[in-house]
Amino acid sequence: MADASLGLWTVPLAVFGGAIRVSTPFLFVSLGECITERSGRINLGLEGTLVMGAMSAYGISYLSGSPWLGVLAAGITGALFGALHAGICSLPRVNDIAVGIALMLLGTGLAFFLGKPLIEPTAARLPAIDFGWWSDIPQVRAALRINVLFLIGVAIAPLLYWAFRSTRWGLLIRTAGESADAARAMGHSVLLIRLRATMVGGFLAGIGGSFLSLFYPGSWNEGLSSGQGITAVALVIFARWDPMLCLWASLAFGGAAALGPALQSVGITSGYHLFNAAPYILTLAIMIITCSPKRTLTGAPAELSITR
Amino acid sequence: MDFGRISRRHLLQGSAALALGSTLGIRGAAAAETTVGFIYVGSRDDYGYNQAHAQGAAAVKKLPGIKVVEEEKVAETDAVEKTIESMVNLDGATLLFPTSFGYYNPHVVKMATKFPKLHFEHCGGLWSDKDPKNAGSYFGYIDEAQYISGIVAGYSTKSGKLGFVAAKPIPQVLRNINAFTLGARLANPKATTQVIFTGDWSMPVKEAEATNSLIDQGVDVLTCHVDGPKTMVENAARRGAMVCGYHVNQSPLAPKAYLTGAEWNWEALYPKFVKMITAGEAIPNFYRGGLKEEIVKVSPYGEMVSAEARKHADDVKAKFMSGEYTIFKGPLVDNKGKTVIASGTDRGQQDPELEKMDYLVEGVIGATA
Repeated sequence: MADASLGLWTVPLAVFGGAIRVSTPFLFVSLGECITERSGRINLGLEGTLVMGAMSAYGISYLSGSPWLGVLAAGITGALFGALHAGICSLPRVNDIAVGIALMLLGTGLAFFLGKPLIEPTAARLPAIDFGWWSDIPQVRAALRINVLFLIGVAIAPLLYWAFRSTRWGLLIRTAGESADAARAMGHSVLLIRLRATMVGGFLAGIGGSFLSLFYPGSWNEGLSSGQGITAVALVIFARWDPMLCLWASLAFGGAAALGPALQSVGITSGYHLFNAAPYILTLAIMIITCSPKRTLTGAPAELSITR
Repeated sequence: MDFGRISRRHLLQGSAALALGSTLGIRGAAAAETTVGFIYVGSRDDYGYNQAHAQGAAAVKKLPGIKVVEEEKVAETDAVEKTIESMVNLDGATLLFPTSFGYYNPHVVKMATKFPKLHFEHCGGLWSDKDPKNAGSYFGYIDEAQYISGIVAGYSTKSGKLGFVAAKPIPQVLRNINAFTLGARLANPKATTQVIFTGDWSMPVKEAEATNSLIDQGVDVLTCHVDGPKTMVENAARRGAMVCGYHVNQSPLAPKAYLTGAEWNWEALYPKFVKMITAGEAIPNFYRGGLKEEIVKVSPYGEMVSAEARKHADDVKAKFMSGEYTIFKGPLVDNKGKTVIASGTDRGQQDPELEKMDYLVEGVIGATA
């Protein structure tokens, strides 16, 4: 074993490890929301979906002993919430943002209610793959214990990027998002496309939740999400509805979340509230730098209620 | 509170019980069934603060002739007043335990003035002479238990580095960090405690990150002061570090990593309070105590705790039990080199100066702001 203390080197290492550990829920929720918003609808309810996913994954994993069944259950729960959102939004004159807020409250409330008996028991966790076998430094090994869900999320991002550009259904989603009339003229049901896009978005957000309860921090409790779902929705906007940018933004957020504790652990203790606020300051800074009063946000689907 | 169950019959029963209670007084009501109400700020099975209180309520439930009503997740707003009113009017509660710090002023004070015949026992609040006589506040010197944890941690650490995941730098938390560190330095004078503040009482992702960062720094024994220690205990155990618990016994979560822990002992105190009330005795309005008064306790030692550590910890525990031990005594230097308690001064547990603690002692790595 090498020297137990790495001194200041822990900070970049913790930010790197944090980027991997903390980013996964952001990644799944933002990729899911990316699909939904590209089809022309905003689902703000993903915070509720994330919490519901975390709770149902934990519950199913605890009852069945299989964490993967838990992940599946979280995905299905998320898809059902997505279907509910899309279903209500397909009624005439319904505002998708208002429905999203309602579903966010419903999701968190329902998860707290149903999750009450799950706070105490310990459920089976998702396994980690050890990518740090080449290193003798325990800190590096710990940072490189990576969960498969993270790798899946990283793989989905370029896949989605490619699918939006080069596949038929990618084109359909974009058409529904850019011009509902054009999609209708082509003979497609805009509502059906959006229903599917919202369900897939919910499915991914639910899986993001299962990562929270089944891998890191790795247990169910009511403070588990503390707003990560909402942050991820905002993240889509500054990632310009681009799946690859969603990936980088999620990693940056994960790393920023690890910064506060890591700096305190090496003795940089002044202003830790400021470092704890790093992810939010980052969001604000990027928003301010990239916004312009002269044009609408580049890359924003034209059918979104915020751009219309 | 199950509002579905409220019927006119319940309402009548409730007011009859209340009328009985108020005409006959508490002594008379004891002959019939006494109802005790417990109010928690969070979920009562959180492996933490609220679970400790719920265990106390469970002990009260076992007493003959006592009925217990509970409500969890009551916010520290006028929501608690509504809960108290419904417990009093519908369930006929005559003794209430609002267990969260923020309930006291103005809510509990207001309710105690409104219902002068009933008893209110509040956890952590500072009862003062101006407050109603039927209200009281109790709290425990859990730093004594943290001190014992520190001794065990000091013997168990190999790197000499201890870690403390804390919520906010308020006096109660600082007192725990300091007591833990002073205890550890009794066993290992070179031991240090690295503290990380997460900024709030329940931040699972931050707590997990803090735990990982501390272990990356070479820390091999961790403890915490947050509402739900489960995240810290589980994540530390996964990384192969040892832990000391807080609030309740978390050894079922990590049996191989759990050394000992500082626990509340509400299951000893609450039945005592209820018996005092039903016997018509007055509970002192300002009630405090530590290990000796059975308000706090130390978790049973884990298997890996050495015989030497057990002996030293048990010796100090025995001194606490006989009331002849002081944790904070001069000369005491803080981690900036300033003398905070002069040589020759003993700050006993009752000393109000300790309730204003704003420093971290020598050996703690961290800052209060």
